[in-house]
Amino acid sequence: MVEPQLHRVTLPNGLRVVLAPNAPGGPPVVGLSVHYDVGFRSEPEGRTGFAHLFEHLMFQGSESLEKLAHFRHVQGSGGIFNGSTHQDYTDYFQVLPSNALERGLFLEADRMRAPKLTEENLRNQVDVVKEEIRLNVLNRPYGGFPWILLPPVLYSTFANAHNGYGDFTDLERATVDDCAAFFDTFYAPGNAVLTLTGDFDVDQATELVHKHFGDVPGRSVTERPSFGEPFPAQQLHDHHPDPHAPLPAVALGYRLPDPVHELDGYLANVVLASVLSDGDSSRLQQRMVHRDSLVVDIQAGCGLMGAPLDARDPDTFTVTAIHTPEAGSERVIGAVDEELDRLASEGPDADELARVTARWSAGLHREHDRLVSRTLDLGSAELIHGRAELISELPGRVDGITTQDVAAAAKALRPDARAVLELEPASETNTAGGTA
Amino acid sequence: MTRATHRSAEEIGRTEFGPRPLPPLDTPRSGQSPETVDTVLANGLRVVAARHGAVPMVEMRLRIPFAGQDTLHPAKAEVLAETLLTGTESRDRVRVDTDLAAVGGELHAVVDPERLSISGESLASGTDTLLDVLADALTGAVYRDDEVAGERDRLVERIAVARSQPRTIAREELQRHRYGDHPFVREVPEAADVARVTAEDVRELHRRSVLPRGATLVLVGDIDPERAVADVARALSGWYSDESARELPELPAVRGGDLRLVHREGAVQSQLRLSSQGLPRTDSRYPALQIANLAFGGYFSSRLVENIREDKGYTYGAHSTFEFTSSGGTIMVDADTASEVTAAALLETRYELGKLVAVPPTDSEVESARQYAIGSLLTSVSSQSGLASMLSALAALGLGQEWLSAHPDRLRAVTREEVVEATRYYAPTAFTGVIVGDADKIGEPLRSLGGVALP
Repeated sequence: MVEPQLHRVTLPNGLRVVLAPNAPGGPPVVGLSVHYDVGFRSEPEGRTGFAHLFEHLMFQGSESLEKLAHFRHVQGSGGIFNGSTHQDYTDYFQVLPSNALERGLFLEADRMRAPKLTEENLRNQVDVVKEEIRLNVLNRPYGGFPWILLPPVLYSTFANAHNGYGDFTDLERATVDDCAAFFDTFYAPGNAVLTLTGDFDVDQATELVHKHFGDVPGRSVTERPSFGEPFPAQQLHDHHPDPHAPLPAVALGYRLPDPVHELDGYLANVVLASVLSDGDSSRLQQRMVHRDSLVVDIQAGCGLMGAPLDARDPDTFTVTAIHTPEAGSERVIGAVDEELDRLASEGPDADELARVTARWSAGLHREHDRLVSRTLDLGSAELIHGRAELISELPGRVDGITTQDVAAAAKALRPDARAVLELEPASETNTAGGTA
Repeated sequence: MTRATHRSAEEIGRTEFGPRPLPPLDTPRSGQSPETVDTVLANGLRVVAARHGAVPMVEMRLRIPFAGQDTLHPAKAEVLAETLLTGTESRDRVRVDTDLAAVGGELHAVVDPERLSISGESLASGTDTLLDVLADALTGAVYRDDEVAGERDRLVERIAVARSQPRTIAREELQRHRYGDHPFVREVPEAADVARVTAEDVRELHRRSVLPRGATLVLVGDIDPERAVADVARALSGWYSDESARELPELPAVRGGDLRLVHREGAVQSQLRLSSQGLPRTDSRYPALQIANLAFGGYFSSRLVENIREDKGYTYGAHSTFEFTSSGGTIMVDADTASEVTAAALLETRYELGKLVAVPPTDSEVESARQYAIGSLLTSVSSQSGLASMLSALAALGLGQEWLSAHPDRLRAVTREEVVEATRYYAPTAFTGVIVGDADKIGEPLRSLGGVALP
């Protein structure tokens, strides 16, 4: 495969721009995204969930665009859009027919320059976000497991431990002035990366970027604080009652090497996670699902938001399992520990490594075949690692991970420096099927 | 953590320059249709192969009509899907996975009341391996006793987990409410039935029902379509039967009527699920219905979303979608909403349904929906996996790439009058449905609204 060539521009106001055009002949579609260097780890105490709430507000109108106009202009041009809030960044994207590129840039620039932050829209979006939280957390089994439930066990600082979706009381307390302060602090062009992919001409697109973003006033960018904290000095433990869950579950959380400064060490953990739980031939699936029938489902992975390399340090290695009450969490955890010990002393064999590498490369090809994913991955790699090209180098780097690297990664996942969260069905009135 | 001195919200929302005009659209560039071969093999399997995309992958979608009347059919079919890829004479479960992994591949089987679907992908250079593993399972799955027993036990647990999900509960209730005891409603098998399934039951079901005649196989990716079809023909030459795969019996039309309230203990949010009879994709009025549907609730810029989310804040997402079966199509309207505002959300939803008929979409609503239908189709089939899934869905209806390539022009040709005509499918009286939630909190307000049967 020919890797699309990357081009870079930085505007005088500090906006970093990554352009990744397709080879000619591809579908007439463009992707564009803006990543702001602020996520829920940066939100102030007493304002849990604010970064995500603010993301909603950014869709609610700007100087040239009434409420609803953003959605209508994107979709009425044949495009799709969304935004999402992560630990360390917030992204906004559009995928459009390529004839709507300039319109898409205009829409992103207008809200970077002058969003309309009003009381009415804030109250409306607090209601919407509360419905989102009911949908994804409060009204379903295993809601927030483990991304909301595990961090307060593993981490001790507010930034790393708190619930990024937010408490209802905090959300209700948010004011328009909070929004103004948040915008001025974190949404400066110098704190953002604009990414363009797909069917466009680089010179033309660069000109359009200057035209629309050039006069967004630059503002000073406060240096991002480190969210680093020491590794736990003992095993940390907690329980969570879940009124909707029919079966118990357990989550283990371990600290990972710094994703930016110890990338290869981090990638060894990515490989380790695949060796542990990716496919029927993986170690935990073979043993815990099929041989010992301890768990209904088990997954190991890097990152709390469902994908590796999505955050800066500190980041989390997780193992999650839904198990029967008969199996018990002790046996489940014991089996994981034994498999980690085995990998720590012997490492995976060469075939296992080759399989992981092949699946990893194929998975990346597949992900980057979708314009949305390619755009967002380029943008977040540029923001977090300063190198959008990392996304095409990853298969090569993963290929370089050795048996010893994986063994070392397994050895570093120590029981005496991890968090254990047990989710327990709170089932005194648990009639999961309703009156059915 | 935020800046002590900052501008006010008013200052932020205003520049000296003032509001700016929206840039016009450029001339649209049309895409190229992928090079496609669409043929039926000697064993009756329809194969569609398309060269598409820039990454060195191939996507595979096999759909086998897989209906059954037997009460135990859903349970047997579920166990079959879970164990189809767990072993043959020459491969055990682990070997199936390691062979696929070596070519960056995966295969998954899922079953629903209509069909058995086997989907997967691999590096394009591994197409032969992907097809070999597939053929091996189709013609030689052995369903070892221990694999069947293990999956059966896990399924019982997984069914409990599935049935604790509000969306699964709501779906099951809606299906029963719409279709009574038609086989189409039996999506999640009963745990007690699953526990009774034997390995021999599954082997027998495989012999009788995993059949190529009437099935469709789609390959999309970095492939030569002619060669890919020849590869499929060779790999699957041993898969043969004179019998045809079994289609689901035709569904009765959905009739309008009272919604049914289903109590769910401890719910803090309710699932609103409404449905009416729509049109199949093959109907000449379908493109107009598609535009009417978008205008009503089929995308974010629709009346329903702008009302109950962006104005009232009753929901995170409201949707209006189509569900297609081989014999027709229905309209599905859904929203999840806090108990306190469930009745209000239902009232507004009914209002928007009635309004669509009484005050049909304007020219600008039609135009916006039309552009979205054309553009989002372009985006969704721009990836290999998106095109493969679309071609597979179309193939089940006897349609193919020609239909897909011509669809943007069909949408362009729709007149506002045709959209207005299509809005009659949204008459509030045409809808029925269910609401799942805490009846102690939402029962009384719903009773007052009327049109809801309480438990």
